Amino acid sequence: MSEGSLLFAWRSMLVRDVMLAMRRKADVLTTLFFFLIVVSLFPLGVGPELETLRQIAPGVIWVAALLAAMLSLGRLFSDDYDDGTLEQMLLLPHSLSMMVLSKVFAHWLLSGLPLVVFSPLLGMQLGLNGDAIILLMITLALGTPALSLIGAVGAGLTLGVRGGGVLVSLLVLPLYIPILIFGAGAVESAASGLGADAHLSILGAFFIGALVVTPLSTAAALRISLD
Amino acid sequence: MGFKNSIIWMYFSSPRNFYPLAGKLIPWFAGLAAIFAIVGLYISFFVAPPVLSDQKEYYVIIFIHVAAAWMSMFIYVVMSVYAFIGLVWNIKMSEMMATALAPTGAMFTFLALWTGALWGRPSWGTYWVWDARLTSELILLFLYIGFMSLQSAIDDPRRAARASGLLAIVGVINIPIIYFSVRWWNTLHQGFSVTPTQTKQLVDPAIFWGMIIVALACWMYTIAVVLARVRTEILERERQTSWVQGLVGGQK
Repeated sequence: MSEGSLLFAWRSMLVRDVMLAMRRKADVLTTLFFFLIVVSLFPLGVGPELETLRQIAPGVIWVAALLAAMLSLGRLFSDDYDDGTLEQMLLLPHSLSMMVLSKVFAHWLLSGLPLVVFSPLLGMQLGLNGDAIILLMITLALGTPALSLIGAVGAGLTLGVRGGGVLVSLLVLPLYIPILIFGAGAVESAASGLGADAHLSILGAFFIGALVVTPLSTAAALRISLD
Repeated sequence: MGFKNSIIWMYFSSPRNFYPLAGKLIPWFAGLAAIFAIVGLYISFFVAPPVLSDQKEYYVIIFIHVAAAWMSMFIYVVMSVYAFIGLVWNIKMSEMMATALAPTGAMFTFLALWTGALWGRPSWGTYWVWDARLTSELILLFLYIGFMSLQSAIDDPRRAARASGLLAIVGVINIPIIYFSVRWWNTLHQGFSVTPTQTKQLVDPAIFWGMIIVALACWMYTIAVVLARVRTEILERERQTSWVQGLVGGQK
């Protein structure tokens, strides 16, 4: 692998982002704890009846994952924007969308994957059974990469904009809604005996569609923001 | 012919030339809107037969509800086409048209949801259900609001127009979802009643023409309002140019 190749640049970007995040673990942990705390609030607010909790569990965990993914979007480009790394990225001889993809992948490893890993714990807290927990993990594993990809467009558009943090939620949450519907819907439809195949297929379609479209739009958004 | 046409389009893509043209067109479209509105109201209240029963007069809300829902989706598509042209060919006038369309689109989306709620109460027994079409229409409202907030959050008008334009293009994915939601998901909202191929069998001709004429009224109203809004947008964004300063100075 020569030093000038796209693969090398791609991997260096990924390693760099993960390493930077590992040197400042607080950021990664904050997102995860936010996720855990939000879900834990529901039994306190709704009441501890396990039957009710079991019914709302998929929706609650998905909404919390959505909010956690959105909160972590601020970090995606802003540090690189502030110290000028992003401008250097634009000057690379490689396609900007591929570099964006590398950053989004790092973002998912740091913010999406921990949610997937810790979701069984929350599922058990809310009284889901084993099958439902595995299905929930599968939907999150398919859905959270799509959340990171779509969120990147919003993060790119609001770069350096005042009130960007609130604004990004306004831009990104409407686009997250379909993923929420099918993600939480999969567990519910499996519980009612209809099977979750259709929901999982659509989630997979969202992921693949986002994988194709969003790196290009994020690259366009970054070019506009750095104009 | 094509060459001559393209010259005319290029001529009016300059804000300076479009400003007086828009001013001349506004009264015509406003007048047409008023005529269509009066005819549409007459048809909806006096001509259209009470299809459900004599007590169920509330169905008359269909005329404004359907027209508003059509406009809400159509304006979004037009807005994203303008945004696309603005982004790709860097045409300032096109960006301004997208900006000017957004508030009217949001208004029609809100109107569609509001009239739908008023209609839902007597016929479904509830103002709101989490039905696929209602939810996707609500997402459309959020998209319009996001478009306008992003635009007002960025100070540089060029960057604001380009960033929100890109958002509009990404959000256009939602339009087919709304349109086909009644076919894809079998939920409470009724399915297609008006399609280009088989209208006659499904609804009474008076109702069909009433809907078309009210939709035309909304359409003419949209064009008039958007042209008026784009004129102020031109003045604001071109305020440093000599022709705007001459115009404003001359009117004082």
